[in-house]
Amino acid sequence: MEDVGSVVAFWTLSVVTVGAALMVVAVRNLIHAVLFLILSFIGVAGLYITLSADFVAITQILIYVGAISVLILFAVLLTPRAARDNAETFLQVPGLVLAALVGVTIGAVVLVTDWNEATRGPFSETAEAIGEALLDKYVLPFEIASVLLLAAMVGAIVLVRED
Amino acid sequence: MSVELSHYLMVGAILFSIGLYVALAKRNAIGILMGIELMFNAVNLTLIAFSRFVSPPTDVSGHVFVVFVITVAAAEAALALALAMVVYRNRETIDIDKINLMRW
Repeated sequence: MEDVGSVVAFWTLSVVTVGAALMVVAVRNLIHAVLFLILSFIGVAGLYITLSADFVAITQILIYVGAISVLILFAVLLTPRAARDNAETFLQVPGLVLAALVGVTIGAVVLVTDWNEATRGPFSETAEAIGEALLDKYVLPFEIASVLLLAAMVGAIVLVRED
Repeated sequence: MSVELSHYLMVGAILFSIGLYVALAKRNAIGILMGIELMFNAVNLTLIAFSRFVSPPTDVSGHVFVVFVITVAAAEAALALALAMVVYRNRETIDIDKINLMRW
């Protein structure tokens, strides 16, 4: 990953991702915050591509940008009389302190630790390997995930049902 | 000048901090959910970065883990938004300062 293109791509996508996440905090309209959240998701998908994780990038676009963002937008639009000002609670200062503390701690750990980086070769194509792993080594978590999705779907329907 | 593992980890750390702040400090319940989704994304980015730089090149365990995390995040988002809808139907608000029925 020494070529110029991937370096430029990494920095551009990082700035887009982090900047959009900061705008989620800063903007005063909840709808705009959701739109910046979508931009941040797209930036993360681009970062996956720079990490040669094509299948996960497509999954990110489909699930996060396609499904979860639309779900959040629907939830905002279905609560019309709730406040849309994206304001903070009284926990603003403690939250800021705690978030900064966590960020600085993780950053320090990242910089101090020797990560023993081994391999740099790109994956040729991950979809096939992931599919084989899901149905071979990780078949039990795969089945449990399907049960979890079914339970979540039934639970969501039962919760919002009018009766 | 090249992109190393620590660059990705720093982006993940910053994204996680922002998500943590949003989840802790926002007043709207949907805003809190957005913060949680940001934290999920930061963790997934970290997992993919480790899978790329540390694990052997043919091992896709990190990718599979991220797929499972995305699955659980989708289920969690659906349930959390359903809860927000129920609260809104009963209380006409999703402001967590006003949802204090069980506060001591």
